[in-house]
Order: sequence, then C-alpha cells, then structure tokens
Amino acid sequence: MNFLQQALSFIFTAANWGGPAGLTARILEHLQYTVVAVVFSAIIAIPLGMIIGHTGRGTFLVVTGVNALRALPTLGVLLLGVLLWGLGLVPPTVALMLLGIPPLLAGTYSGIANVDRTVVDAARSMGMTESRVLLRVEVPNAMPLILGGLRTATLQIVATATVAAYASLGGLGRYLIDGIKVREFYLALVGALMVTALALILDAALAFAVWASVPGTGRLQKLRGMPQPLLGDEVVLESGPLRQSTSVARYERGDPSHTVEG
Amino acid sequence: MRYLFTHLDDLWALTLIHLRLSLVPIVLGLIIAVPLGALVQRTTVLRRLTTITASIIFTIPSLALFVVLPLIIPTRILDEANVIVALTLYTVALLVRAVPEALDAVSPAVLDAATAVGHKPLSRMLKVELPLAVPVLIASLRVVAVTNISMVSVGSVIGIGGLGTWFTEGYQANKSDQIIAGIIAIFVLAVVIDTLIMLTGKALTPWTRATNAPRAASPKAAAGAAA
Repeated sequence: MNFLQQALSFIFTAANWGGPAGLTARILEHLQYTVVAVVFSAIIAIPLGMIIGHTGRGTFLVVTGVNALRALPTLGVLLLGVLLWGLGLVPPTVALMLLGIPPLLAGTYSGIANVDRTVVDAARSMGMTESRVLLRVEVPNAMPLILGGLRTATLQIVATATVAAYASLGGLGRYLIDGIKVREFYLALVGALMVTALALILDAALAFAVWASVPGTGRLQKLRGMPQPLLGDEVVLESGPLRQSTSVARYERGDPSHTVEG
Repeated sequence: MRYLFTHLDDLWALTLIHLRLSLVPIVLGLIIAVPLGALVQRTTVLRRLTTITASIIFTIPSLALFVVLPLIIPTRILDEANVIVALTLYTVALLVRAVPEALDAVSPAVLDAATAVGHKPLSRMLKVELPLAVPVLIASLRVVAVTNISMVSVGSVIGIGGLGTWFTEGYQANKSDQIIAGIIAIFVLAVVIDTLIMLTGKALTPWTRATNAPRAASPKAAAGAAA
C-alpha cells in the first residue's frame, strides 16, 4: 500500500501539476492524441458505415475489415510509424485510428442497417430522396448505436494512447513508462491512476450522450438544467421503453410542465 | 519478412508465450462468466450490479491494470500473473454481460417446451438454454480473443514477454524489419485463433446451418425489392 500513498501524495501535490512536464500538460497531451485520433477515425468510419448500411453493399467488407483492423497490433504500428516518419502526431494518430475505426464502423453500419424497414419505406413513400432518408430518418434512429461505437472507440483510444510514451512521445503514459524504467513504481501508479480516471470520465460522458440520443424520447430537448444519472448505458436502455412512452405522450400534448405529474 | 524466416525458433517460443498469456484468461473467463451470467440472468438487481461493475472494469486501461494489480493481489510487479489476472478480468467483464443477453434471446416457447418434456431447471439450462446461447457467446469470444492477443503485445512496453518484444527490440535497435515481422506474426496469430473459435462455434451449433440459409436469403430479397 506504500506505493499507493506515494502516488496519491504525488497527485495531490500542486507543484506536480504545473510546468511543461506536469500533470496538466500530460493530460492535455493525452487528450490531444485521443481527440485527434477519434476525429480522424470518425471522419473515415462514419460516412463509410452510413453508405454501406444504407445501400447494403459491401457488408462483407465491414465484417472482414473490422476483424482485420482489430487484429493489427497498435504498438507495432506505432513504433513502425515512428521509425518511418519520425516523431510527431502522425504515428500515434495512425496507430490509434486502427483501434478507433472498427467500433465506429461496426456501430454506424449496424445502426443504419437495423433501422426498422417499415420506417425507411414510409419515409421513401412520402417522397424523401435517398440522401434525406439516410440523413433525416436512418441517422437519427441509428444515433444510439453510432454514439455507442464512438464511446467504445474513445475508450480504447484513451486507454492505448498510453503507449505513445514508449515512442518518446508525451501523454500520461510518460509516468507509467518512465516509472517502470527507473523502477520508481509509484510514478507508474500515478500514470495508471490518471489514465483510469480520464477513461472513466470520458466513458461516463459518452454513456450519457448515448442515453440522451435514444430517438423518440425527447431527452435531448429536456436536458437543459436537469441533473442526470451517469450510469452504464445498458442499465438506462433497459429502463428505456417506460420513459419513452410517457415522454412521447407529454411531447405530443405539447405540455412542457412536469410539475403536476412530478 | 526476411527477419520472420531467419528467426523461426524465436518466433515459435514467443508465440507460445503469447498464446499462453492471451488464451489462459479466455478459458478462465469462460469458467467464471458462464455460471455467473446464468445465475444473475433472472435477478434484476444482481444483474444490474454485475453489468455496472463489468462496465467499470472494462473502462480501466489494460496497461494501467497491469501496473495496479500487484497492489491488490499478492503478485510481484511485472509478473506474468498480473497479465493473466487482468485479461481474465476483461474477459469476465465482457462475457458476464453477453451471457445473460444470449440467454434472454432464447424464445420462451422453447423454454416451455423443454419444461414440458420434463427438464428440471438445471438440465434445462445445461441442455437447452446454454447450447442455444452458443452463437452469441462465440461472437463475444472472438472479440475477446483478438483483443487479448493485441493487449498482450502492448504489455511488452512494461517488460512482459510474447511477440510484442519484437516491437520493443526492433524499435530500440532501429530495425523496422523486426517490427514488421512482429506485426505479421501477431496478425496471423489473431486471424488463426479467430477462425478456430468461429469453426468451434459452427461445430457446436449444427442446427444453425439449417436455419441460416433461408434467413440469409430473405433480407437480400427484401433489399432487392426495395432497390
């Protein structure tokens, strides 16, 4: 337990948070790698998943592609990238994108492909063009699965961005890897605790986004100023249908006041 | 590529370590998660509790867990046992959510029929529900196996053996050939294990081949009609 005390006292010492190698700077670097990798993964995976899910063509590509990308070892790609392209943002971004693309692609594809066919046909028969069917009907209905994919992608990327430190890059992995290198295990523990905390916070925020995006619940509209539970989305989804029916009814009546029932 | 063929002995030894570190947790995870998942399936409170615990465990980064575990369990830091325990935890966390979902998917009519032909709860679970849950389980197992193989390679940055050592050695010696060899070896290993699990699943569920054929045909027909 000695390591833990040392690690905690390190974290709770203000002096360790400032400076170019302080905790704040490391957290920001870590978030930078994460955000850049997630954004680029999304730019590639979401449109691709939307097209494949909508047209139903290339499903085989999704399945094999997703499995193949998962099987590629991130660390190997990262280190190879550093040897080939030198230091900088490119190697970690490319390596982390390999982790981010599979869940985003799978989530978007299955979200779009699993939208109720009758809903899609209804939209089409009302005269919507194909792109409108996709953007106005299929995407909103697929939103929970797309954001679920984003959540998994972010989680894996934030966890694995730790290895960037091995390739002489920054991020919270610096503490972990330097701590082990110089056999100051409490430093490694600092890195581990900080990465875990960061992952838990990001995951809770995205779980909340998934919960809010469930279509037909009006949750997005009702969010303003209301405290929300930050539970796993599975739990929230399980209790979804009940809330769904009541809030839809409320929305249709155009009655904004919850005070009478509340 | 040349590195791969000139170091076949190393390749074999490292592959064995890599397989041990990634597959032992899968077996342990199955042994723990299947009974646990089946037990909590019908108790709402316990099921939510396991789901929440599992998602929190799943959120902990692997590299962090490898380092933190020695504080919680009596192992030395940088011990292989940490990797096995950590990956077992992830496996359990993933499967313990998948097992109840797989069991939910078994239709009530089938359960009633099983009861009607005289199955007691335990034998119904073992002979009817779990076999019918195999396809969903196999799907989760494939994800777990491929993820574990990749995670073990990440462990090499904190001195854990396996094929990942080719990455760290190759990086330090500035030999991209060695890193490429490692990538290829791990990729092939993951694909082989993935395929083996998929084939095992197929062998365990001979009935799916009969029912899959018309099911696979119908969405295509529907898509054709829509287009």
